[in-house]
Amino acid sequence: MDVGRHPNIDLLAYSEVESVEGEAGDFRVTVRKKPRYVDESKCTGCGACAEKCPTVTSDEYNLGLGKAKAIYKYFAQGIPSAYTIDANLCRNFQAGKKCGVCQKVCQAGAIDYKQEAKTLEFPVGAVIVATGYELFDARRIPEYGYGRIPNVITALEFERFLSASGPTHGHVHRVTDLAVQEALPEAEKTCQKAFKGLERFEKQFEMTSDAFYERYESGEFKGGDEDYEKWAAAVRAARKAKDELEELRRKAESIEAAHRLAFIQCVGSRDIRFNKYCSGFCCMHAIKEAIIAREHDRDAQVYIFGMDIRAVGKGFEEYRNRGAHEAGIHYVRSRVAEVTEERDHTPVVWYEDTKERVVRRMPVDLVILSTACQPSASAKPLADLLGIELNEFGFFKTLSHLPLDTTKPGIFICGCAHSPMDIPESVAQASSAAARAAQVLSGSGTMRLAS
Amino acid sequence: MQEHTEKAMKSHNPEVRVGVFVCHCGSNIAGYLDCPALTEYAATLPGVVYVKNNLYTCSEAGIAEIKSAIQERGLTRVVVASCSPRTHMPLFKSACAEAGLNPYLFEMANIRDQCSWVHMQEKEMAQEKAMDLIRMAVAKATFLEPQQDIEASVVRNALVIGGGVAGLSAAIAMADMGINVVLVEREAELGGLLRRVNRIAPRGDSAAERIQELVKEAAGRANLRILLRSEVTAVSGVIGNYEVTVREAEGTERQELVGCIVVATGAVPFRPEGLFGYNGETVITQIELEEKFRAGTLNARSVVMIQCVGARSPERAYCSRICCLTAVKNALAIKETIPDAHVHILYRDIQMYGMENEKLLWDARGKGVRFDVYDVDRPPVVRHGVVEVYQPLLGEVEEVPCDLVVLSTPLVAPEGATALANLMRIATDQNNFFMEAHAKLRPLDFATDGIFLCGTARYPATVAEAQAQGLGAASRVGTVLFKEKLVTSALVSQVTERCDGCGYCIELCPYGALSLEEYEKDGVMRRRARSDKILCKGCGLCAATCPKGGVVVLGFTRKQLEAQVDAALEAV
Repeated sequence: MDVGRHPNIDLLAYSEVESVEGEAGDFRVTVRKKPRYVDESKCTGCGACAEKCPTVTSDEYNLGLGKAKAIYKYFAQGIPSAYTIDANLCRNFQAGKKCGVCQKVCQAGAIDYKQEAKTLEFPVGAVIVATGYELFDARRIPEYGYGRIPNVITALEFERFLSASGPTHGHVHRVTDLAVQEALPEAEKTCQKAFKGLERFEKQFEMTSDAFYERYESGEFKGGDEDYEKWAAAVRAARKAKDELEELRRKAESIEAAHRLAFIQCVGSRDIRFNKYCSGFCCMHAIKEAIIAREHDRDAQVYIFGMDIRAVGKGFEEYRNRGAHEAGIHYVRSRVAEVTEERDHTPVVWYEDTKERVVRRMPVDLVILSTACQPSASAKPLADLLGIELNEFGFFKTLSHLPLDTTKPGIFICGCAHSPMDIPESVAQASSAAARAAQVLSGSGTMRLAS
Repeated sequence: MQEHTEKAMKSHNPEVRVGVFVCHCGSNIAGYLDCPALTEYAATLPGVVYVKNNLYTCSEAGIAEIKSAIQERGLTRVVVASCSPRTHMPLFKSACAEAGLNPYLFEMANIRDQCSWVHMQEKEMAQEKAMDLIRMAVAKATFLEPQQDIEASVVRNALVIGGGVAGLSAAIAMADMGINVVLVEREAELGGLLRRVNRIAPRGDSAAERIQELVKEAAGRANLRILLRSEVTAVSGVIGNYEVTVREAEGTERQELVGCIVVATGAVPFRPEGLFGYNGETVITQIELEEKFRAGTLNARSVVMIQCVGARSPERAYCSRICCLTAVKNALAIKETIPDAHVHILYRDIQMYGMENEKLLWDARGKGVRFDVYDVDRPPVVRHGVVEVYQPLLGEVEEVPCDLVVLSTPLVAPEGATALANLMRIATDQNNFFMEAHAKLRPLDFATDGIFLCGTARYPATVAEAQAQGLGAASRVGTVLFKEKLVTSALVSQVTERCDGCGYCIELCPYGALSLEEYEKDGVMRRRARSDKILCKGCGLCAATCPKGGVVVLGFTRKQLEAQVDAALEAV
């Protein structure tokens, strides 16, 4: 918000850097502004387009847990507040298909299917790389069952569960229970339609379907009108739909909030197979989510399985203790071996109790994986483009005596593009990188070009 | 109720044309409250001439609607019923200003944080409360008065207190930006705690060389003055113009006028007197081990290190962040100096957070350093030549023979931190570390404007972190000192004619914004309070205390608050 409104900041959203030439104090940057097929200056962000758009997809922001459209805004309060058409999904961009619904409903006339990419060129004195990170794909550890066992989710997915504006409005449920709830309206519709379909016959033959079917079963209408066969089939279909609906309703009624939660730490971190390093923020993230889950549900029981609980920031150790005392978090020192699934979709955590020297199993409602912070896939191409180096972990390499300086003078790095870190450190580093840039732009000291 | 409405109607000024914008905040509000109904309700309130329902009032579209309504409907007051003023008031106020309406004629009703979010389960009552909040906001808005922001000058000088890594980094960066910097260091030498350190973790650079580099950089800047063996003894003034008294080595005092202050006073290692047999010879601390490395006097075949000595305890609840890293670094250094030495680290959680630190842990394991968890309820026992540690996996006590025990103790706030905090009226936390304005979003700012924080004065940090924070603080200073002038809110205390100089309010003011002054009226000398508009934060303690209405806070005058209270009572 502050960035969007700052008079000295030009925000180029939905854009990518194509090239950076020159040296500290005198870089020439080329940026490609990708077509969003919506005129940013006209779009009011009203959302009428997305409401009417016929192409439904899963909501990336809600990690696929909700629904989105082919014309979308990544999240509600994004800056700039303009919609974007996903050309890979939009019917207008598919061969042989036509739509144009959004253009029709847009009162601002902002939709422009013919919009093209723009190339911008401008000079800068310094470059700050703040491209962030990606999360480890938990599917790479098959023994934890992510992607196979529905009630195993990631900590970021759980974040959306806990959010009042998330797909479950802040209620914590098993994923399999959500599937039941989601199926319910569809089943109701199917059932209603099936019974509606019987009305035609009932009118035609002036008989209730139940009475008809009883007589049909006793062989009364054998070999008669073709309609009788159709009616009988429709009755059977309607009864089946009703049974299915009732079954779903029974299941839905018995659904309880997910009370027992198990967090597994270091999923893809501190693991010689994937990333050797510690991702830094996941222990605190798990504790925070556990405390919030308990605030939402006084019956929540949370277990955090980790090799060490790394609560190293200001106030963090106190927060970890608060988690134990006020939210009843059980910290279990263990590297979880495996997650299995019971018949009723209950996930079971298998681990070694390092205090009692026994292998234990713990059935829970949801397993939450604290996935590792990884260098983003764009780090390597960006490094090549900027002419800077990566370190052995794939993050951008920095100088020992100047912790924000890359291997090329005038290019600085901050946040999780630098290395895994938490919010306060990211914020502090962002200011630091700004100071380094300012030194290059205004100072004449030797430090400005130190390399 | 009838009577109150009539009263409100009677006092209604035809100049007052209120516009009310009710925000859905997506489903944050609309998921629990009936926003269209709230909007209709707002339209019935006295003075309201325009109402609007928005999905997101803070969106570009919502802001455009506020602006056009001011211009096209001639609104003279704007009320937004939405989220928290803490996050969005500045945005809505500037929208008003951009449309030509004095931004102080804006009022906000918090129907999200204080209504829909906290009453999700009681929708009907929440709806009524939202109506109350909107009615109160409209009533107050009716009596709002236009104000002008307060402007003040800025001196482009900065003071850095502390000449360690953080302070030096901040000073150098500010000097490069063109700020005149004065750095005050209590000791006779620059470098702070790093002077006692051998090598810098995790990369193993020489601490002495790092200090040398920084000192050389600092010395090479003409607009950076360094005052050694000096201390800050008094601070007065406000952001943009702080008057600082520095007592120099010879005992002479000098005055410095600066726009901002950076606090980089560092921290010191805790001395574990009476813990684990600490004696400074066979049982020492990590910093004493570092000194042995520097002096080349290390002579040990078998070393046991014990973590969290005096930390993560009832007396000192915090984790000191860097001691595990220090221990592993020193364990590797021992292995480097004496390859066949045995090093054993007893820990609770091994805090090698982040990318490079964890690598050091792998390296140490590879080099044969042994790590064992100890239970805080059964801590290790140090005896002569042996440390006893309970091994939960074996279920028995193991005796580890050793000729040196190294205790990892936390960094603690230095003596004098509290005195400095009092001097500058800045906050410290329960551990006497200085306290930032916001733990997450403003880690380098103090709540007091114009004073910034970096390094271990804030919390234990590695050298790289302290350096980065020093640079960060420099950048924060830059955001103040590169302004031509400072602009602050007009909603501060104002002394009225009814003040008789009783002085009740003076001591109460937490910001030192009030003082007594004498003045002459009708040939008689009188006293009255005087309010410093830059120091005042508008907290209202003075106004609430004064028995005579001798001091008020603009934007919260008696009339405005009474209108709000009357509106609240209408529902009763």
